[in-house]
Amino acid sequence: MSDFTDLTLATARAGLAARKFSAVELTQAHVSAIERNRGLNAFITETPDKALAMAKASDERLARGEGGVLEGLPIAIKDLFCTKDILTTAASHILDGFKPPYESTITQKLWDAGANCLGKLNLDEFAMGSSNVTSHYGPVINPWTKAGDNRQLVPGGSSGGSAASVAARLALAATGTDTGGSIRQPAGFCGIVGLKPTYGRCSRWGVVAFASSLDQAGPMTRTVEDAAIMLGVMAGHDPKDSTSAPMAVPDFRAALTGDIRGLRVGIPKEYRVDGMPAEIEALWQQGIDWLKDAGAVPVEISLPMTKHALPTYYIIAPAEASANLSRYDGVRFGLRVPGASLDEMYENTRAAGFGAEVKRRVLIGAYVLSAGYYDAYYLKAQRLRTLIARDFDQAFEKCDVILTPTAPSAAFAIGEKMDDPLAMYLNDVFTVPVNLAGLPGMSVPAGLTADGLPLGLQIIGRAFDEETMIRAAGVLEAAAGFTAKPGRA
Amino acid sequence: MFTSDVVMREETLIDGRTGKWEIIIGLEVHAQVTTQSKLFSGAATAFGADPNTQVSPVDAGFPGMLPVINEIAVEKAVKTGLGLNAVINPVSVFDRKNYFYADLPTGYQISQYQQPIVGKGRLVLDMPDGSTREVGVTRLHLEQDAGKSLHDQHPSMTFVDLNRAGVALMEIVSEPDMRTAEEAGAYLKKLRSILRYLGTCDGNMEEGSMRCDCNVSVRRPGEPLGTRNEIKNVNSIRFVMQAIEYESRRQVEVLEEGGTIRQETRLFDSGRGITRAMRSKEEAHDYRYFPDPDLLPLVLDPALIERVRASMPELPDGKKARFIADFKLSPYDAGVLVAEQSTAHFFEVVAKGRDAKLAANWVTGDLFGALNKLGLGIEASPISAEALGGLIDLIADDTISGKIAKDVFAAMLDTGKSAGEIVESQGLRQVTDTGAIEKSIDEILAAHTDKVSQYRSGKDKLFGFFVGQVMKATAGKANPALLNELLRKKLGS
Repeated sequence: MSDFTDLTLATARAGLAARKFSAVELTQAHVSAIERNRGLNAFITETPDKALAMAKASDERLARGEGGVLEGLPIAIKDLFCTKDILTTAASHILDGFKPPYESTITQKLWDAGANCLGKLNLDEFAMGSSNVTSHYGPVINPWTKAGDNRQLVPGGSSGGSAASVAARLALAATGTDTGGSIRQPAGFCGIVGLKPTYGRCSRWGVVAFASSLDQAGPMTRTVEDAAIMLGVMAGHDPKDSTSAPMAVPDFRAALTGDIRGLRVGIPKEYRVDGMPAEIEALWQQGIDWLKDAGAVPVEISLPMTKHALPTYYIIAPAEASANLSRYDGVRFGLRVPGASLDEMYENTRAAGFGAEVKRRVLIGAYVLSAGYYDAYYLKAQRLRTLIARDFDQAFEKCDVILTPTAPSAAFAIGEKMDDPLAMYLNDVFTVPVNLAGLPGMSVPAGLTADGLPLGLQIIGRAFDEETMIRAAGVLEAAAGFTAKPGRA
Repeated sequence: MFTSDVVMREETLIDGRTGKWEIIIGLEVHAQVTTQSKLFSGAATAFGADPNTQVSPVDAGFPGMLPVINEIAVEKAVKTGLGLNAVINPVSVFDRKNYFYADLPTGYQISQYQQPIVGKGRLVLDMPDGSTREVGVTRLHLEQDAGKSLHDQHPSMTFVDLNRAGVALMEIVSEPDMRTAEEAGAYLKKLRSILRYLGTCDGNMEEGSMRCDCNVSVRRPGEPLGTRNEIKNVNSIRFVMQAIEYESRRQVEVLEEGGTIRQETRLFDSGRGITRAMRSKEEAHDYRYFPDPDLLPLVLDPALIERVRASMPELPDGKKARFIADFKLSPYDAGVLVAEQSTAHFFEVVAKGRDAKLAANWVTGDLFGALNKLGLGIEASPISAEALGGLIDLIADDTISGKIAKDVFAAMLDTGKSAGEIVESQGLRQVTDTGAIEKSIDEILAAHTDKVSQYRSGKDKLFGFFVGQVMKATAGKANPALLNELLRKKLGS
């Protein structure tokens, strides 16, 4: 029954509870879908045996009337989360053969809630990229295609495998991580929901670090309700992560009341960037109208420091990454390429183990932190980061959520923008400021381009107010009525 | 920066071929914080465990692992700061110090750079002549230790032991206020004493729980500071003093021969007693310090600082002042007695209700000598403080003489018996019976009539001879004062 793969977390869980089908049947349908769609290259490691064994255990619990929030639901994991005894690569050659002796806090929470693990999903190497082309394991193919054009498109990145697998119905949901847009931009490119929580809402323990002050894990699903359900499982204080917030986890699903009357929706005037396609502009206006029709009040706001967000991000993120990636040195795990001396072994290992984009960012990061440049780059970027966050603080005095496009374009062809890193970095222009300010943001599929590619709208919430953001997203989702499905799946 | 307000003292200068030189010394001490677990992980810290048995994935720098601060280490850093009369910074920041080495798993050391937990303080040196001298403390910060590279286990490979990786260290930096190797030695002794009093570091330099980097430069008196060299990781007080002596002489020789000192890091070769260059300033790392984004700024609750303050023990300086005031001890004796808390406690028990000067002499003299010979610490003394007090009591009430007491002390060491038991069983009680002593004197004088007449005709020195004879006759038990008095009377008559 191929319909199994069209279920959502919510409907599948209800079906299991009502004993309409078993977790094994549900999981088997997804295992088969993964086998049929290997051409998308969404997975680095498939774990069908594990998924089916977990499903069997779920069925036993369900038969006893037990079972967690995600009991029996097959999901997939971005290969940036450490999973005990399962190959964990961060899509990098340098982690060859690395099987962690521990389970990340978030995946442990998901398994404890009853979810089943289908496998580990492809991504940009160390989550550095916006198109999933930097993976050592090859690019992920977007299941969507342009009408009348069979060229392979990128799924966005870095959570490209997560977005493609959920869009192509290979998993009911997936985990993603978002440092500058890595959940929201691929969600937009693949026509699914992607939610980046407030920094500190989800534990980073056991997630391979890219830029520690920006990284945040979140759910990637096909509905806003699913995102709310999954976030409820993933969120929560973790004493093992000093930056995790000691706050109670609200019932995010209960926030989906559909009632946004009087909600003030901020529209940042600076976000009408040059060269943005008219159809994205039009969709944004459509989004404003949908929310207005539901009783919300659009308010023009100003986020003047946004123009500095990309340069700020491309100093802070590489700086942190340059230190975070020092541990990949060939000494204790992963790839080692021998050399005549310790230094030569380091050089050989890291030259062979890291791809071009990772090397570029490590070099940028080392440069901006080096003696004589620290003040001019890193320190200045930190000051700008403070100003960007203040922009949002001031804006939220006038509004309750902010609405923007998710990205300035729809999915592009693999190979496009490859020769110009700066053009690639522009993909994140609307998402990066949210990470710099530590705020929650989510992308909701809202429409299609003229040639049939999905476009997302982004809703940004106040810090630790995912509930209001989710409520607005629910209304947007209902108004958009996005039902299109990708061609390749 | 390397500046100093210390006034030049003529007696600290050293002589070169062409004149006098002043040595400028600053010390950086790495003190391992006594904690059960590491600074940012739950792994154990016991010394001497098998290689790589006390390592968590956090210490090994595994992907996705995150540091969580050890609160005990923070409290002990605060305690140490208070013990050094230093400013406690309510907000401090952990930074990453980046460099590659095989025993540094993450490729960066978590340390504190611009905002340490403890700021300026001071420490008082007790010099051997009983004088004191103040040395400024620049700062104290918390940081992780690295692992250990073992280069001698395999012909072509280096082995790495990560047991020490991540262990909590306090780096305590002094101002360049010291001028002689002796002062540097006194600084380390005093610092170690304070750390032990506080229980924040065991100060064991042999096990590496206290290590010292020495910054040394020389200059002509009154001239600006010279270029300094840093001697890394010296692991005993004696070696620190040797290294400074050697290095300052070396620098003087270089300068007197018209050379210049290059800023460099040097190593002390304890076998040959020399320092040699390790790397120059040009080869120095660019550590690319920046705030560790995995850790929030460390904000100290004022209540914590007050709780630590309330738990502070009496420290060596306070104790020394009290010993001088209450027991009328010399500054030197007081300094010796307070160096170790256990010694000070021992002394106080001995001195309680007794002649403190006598107690001090017995503890620092006979007892220290005996313990030294036996290779024992005062905690393991075969003679307890109460027992030593008992011996002193017998001297005080004239039961035995000071001379006999030495024999009794030796017997106490051998047998573990009390002074009273030994005096009784060996019949050492001193004779204070005037009649008995008089009788003995009479016998001696009668046996040596020739000497008596010589004495009476002016040979005063013979007095000692008569005392000796009487003592011999009474097996040393005659009360010396009484004997002197009676003898003088009889000879004078």
